[in-house]
Amino acid sequence: MLRIVNMSKNFASQTALADVALEVKDGEFFSLLGPSGCGKTTLLRIIGGFETPSTGEIYWNDLRIDQIRPQQRPFNMVFQRYALFPHFSVFENVAFGLKVKQVAPANLRRRVQEALNLVGLWALRDRLPETLSGGQAQRVAVARAIVNEPKILLLDEPLSALDLKMREHMQTELRELQRRLGITFILVTHDQDEAMALSDRIGVMNQGRLEQVSTPRDLYERPATHFVADFVGSMGSVHGECIDSEAMRLKNGSVIRGRGQLNLTKGCAAEAFVRPEKVHIGGNKSANEIYAKVRSVAYKGLHFELQLEVSPEQIIRAFVPPETMSGGVNVGDQIQAHFSPADTFLFERPT
Amino acid sequence: MKRKPPPAPTLISNELAWFGYPLLLWLMFFMAAPLFLVIALGFFSRGEYGGVEAQLTLENFHRLFDPVYFTIFVRSITLSLVTALICLALSYPMAWAMASASQKWRLYFTVGLAIPFMTNLIIRVYAIKLCVGMDGPLQSLLTWLHISFDPYQISQNQTLVFYGMITSYLPFMVFPIYAALEKFDFSLVEAAEDLGASQLKVLFSVILPNTRTAAVNSFTLVFVPCLGEFVIPDLLGGAKTMLAGNLITEQFLKARDWPFGAALSLGLMTVLLVLPYLLRRIFIPKAKAAA
Amino acid sequence: MKKGLASSKERARPQAPLWAFGVLIAVLIVLYLPIIVMMVNSVLVKTDTWHFGFDWYLQIWNDEELVDALVRSLEVGLISSTVATLISGMAAIALLRSRFRWAHIVNSLSYLSLILPELVFALALLSWFFVLKIQLSLMTVIFAHVTFSLSFVLMTVNGRLATLDVSIEDAARDLGASEMTILRRVIVPAVLAALASGFLLSFLLSFDDFLITFYTSGVGSDTLPIRLYTAMKVGLNAKLSALATLMFLLTFTLIMGLTKMRGLRQILTEEGH
Repeated sequence: MLRIVNMSKNFASQTALADVALEVKDGEFFSLLGPSGCGKTTLLRIIGGFETPSTGEIYWNDLRIDQIRPQQRPFNMVFQRYALFPHFSVFENVAFGLKVKQVAPANLRRRVQEALNLVGLWALRDRLPETLSGGQAQRVAVARAIVNEPKILLLDEPLSALDLKMREHMQTELRELQRRLGITFILVTHDQDEAMALSDRIGVMNQGRLEQVSTPRDLYERPATHFVADFVGSMGSVHGECIDSEAMRLKNGSVIRGRGQLNLTKGCAAEAFVRPEKVHIGGNKSANEIYAKVRSVAYKGLHFELQLEVSPEQIIRAFVPPETMSGGVNVGDQIQAHFSPADTFLFERPT
Repeated sequence: MKRKPPPAPTLISNELAWFGYPLLLWLMFFMAAPLFLVIALGFFSRGEYGGVEAQLTLENFHRLFDPVYFTIFVRSITLSLVTALICLALSYPMAWAMASASQKWRLYFTVGLAIPFMTNLIIRVYAIKLCVGMDGPLQSLLTWLHISFDPYQISQNQTLVFYGMITSYLPFMVFPIYAALEKFDFSLVEAAEDLGASQLKVLFSVILPNTRTAAVNSFTLVFVPCLGEFVIPDLLGGAKTMLAGNLITEQFLKARDWPFGAALSLGLMTVLLVLPYLLRRIFIPKAKAAA
Repeated sequence: MKKGLASSKERARPQAPLWAFGVLIAVLIVLYLPIIVMMVNSVLVKTDTWHFGFDWYLQIWNDEELVDALVRSLEVGLISSTVATLISGMAAIALLRSRFRWAHIVNSLSYLSLILPELVFALALLSWFFVLKIQLSLMTVIFAHVTFSLSFVLMTVNGRLATLDVSIEDAARDLGASEMTILRRVIVPAVLAALASGFLLSFLLSFDDFLITFYTSGVGSDTLPIRLYTAMKVGLNAKLSALATLMFLLTFTLIMGLTKMRGLRQILTEEGH
């Protein structure tokens, strides 16, 4: 188990990490998700030993490791742009770690072959990195790391340089690889679909803080903070004044009820989030009702996507099944829509 | 696709820091120390028989303003400024032409300019002297044309000094300006031409202001070595064109007045530091404000 | 996608006016004309009539003093560029890959050596050797040449190291390599080309140097350019043309070597500070 306690990191006067505490279980596929500059890469590099934390400790099975060098940590890393040694062949790249550890040649060759077979690149063992495609280079980088049999594999945005199709393909490969090896993977990504598809658990980061650590499903269905609600998925939101911990009032007077996750004091600024697929056209007295002007209508195949303007700059999106649209909704129409309080998340608005 | 810049160097280990010491020590011993010596020498007085006496004085610096020496300095500065200006006037069309040439020709032009530039100065000066010297092609041509001339006048004069200086230092100007133009957004030129600007107008009101920094910096790159030049005026200029470099050399080697030679060197260095600084102060802030 | 971008950039670059090309060509002609005259002069031999021949070159070969000067030039060039490459190559690594305490001093001094007028540097060294009572010899010439070569090598290697992806070194570290192993197996191979260009460049600078050698060489330690200078003071002749042509051709070869390494273009087009 990897345990991070009270971790913070300052670069010059900038805070890259603030008071991060995290536990990653053995054999888990864990992702750090967040926008660029949120500190996720810094956290990963600290785990790998490439940065020293300003405060805090890292434990690996109760062994404190934040003071030891990357060379001695039982982890290996797949770097963002692969960082393959340009002057070594694929084979030599993968063999590098074993050579440094003075593994006997016969044993070394067997292990390199195993690793390269695992990523399906044994045939390209004599090629130089510059002759490889992005996907191939990525696989070599993975092979180079796992050949050392790390306890944890660290992956720093490994798929960000690949095109969409390749990325989806590699996601499946990574997931399978992790199952087969049974070791812990820690992945850094800004792509929430990637994190959702791959991870057992996800840590969402923002401005150096861990906002929420939970399973993909919990993240989606039970966002813990305003940031998570705003960042994960694509929710529409309206804001107003809070009444109590479970209700707020819009400017036009209508009351929105929802799952109040915070201690909302009366009169504070509040924001309500709802997922577009949970917004329905028409009235329903038992749900939250809003009146809005239709800003745009777009056909998306499975559904129509409507942009509903509750008031200027407050827009809620709705996915409406084509059969519901039979009556015809046009841009500029004033319509009524509703969504259930169970699907509504209320947060205090950060100023 | 937008990519994040690579992460800053790790610098976790500092094992390689001692690698810097040989260079540090070498530069301290062979650069810093000799320069301090020259500065110190300027404040000593000259001994009876050409040595140096350990008596502090400001006399050497007063002598800098003696009209005899001062004129030489002013002449050197003027000559260097004119050289740098001519280089500037030549460099823009050259760099523009280079930047708009195809990839292949750009390389040919670069190498073509680099070769004479990196060739030994003595060889270049020799070649020039060969052309204008006794029985050389120029004098033969003039004789054949029945134009009378003074063979000494024609092989050693100020025009030749200019010619030598310009051909020696022009690349210092062309390459930085060419580099700036390579990065320059040429759609601005198209926009200006679209709006009806003539080619010269484009050069002066679009290209020049946008590459000001390179122009000022390379002006300095030409001006500095010109002012300290000694070989070109010595070999091409004859006795009449005494410049700062020759004066300093004379003090060190012939007059054996090292303290005054050192004071002259310091004077030269002051000009070399102040003038480029002024140029930058005058021209670059505007460029920044415009950007 | 990259190719598309490059070609659209090509297209966005309008042709310079013809007169600009005219200036460029004219300058190139003016630059090369004297050199061509010199080369022609070196292969013209007058017996009864003018004819083509390498007689002057043979004379150089038989001139023991000139051959000695050539050997000295090569000796100074090779030793000083080796030393400069070693010192500056190491320093570049210390500057960019560690926290070297005196980094700012090294940087300012090497910058100073780039802007300092050659003449002032030469005279300062001359006075310094005099004060230290160091006899001028081939050794003092080598000291001087190493000194002015250092910052050029430093610039070349720094340029390469700065663009080198540091995560490659992190990767080696991650795989368990010690700092020395990283140096030997990752950094040095990556900057090898830059070290080679630095070496060639300093050899070129050393081989071509006149002024600094003039002031720091002692009796019997004159190099080829000094020979040419003193001989020229006496008078010009076709033998000197042959000598100058040979030196020019060596420089030419070295520059071609440098261009192959792409190091030269980088340095020449480096914007001044």
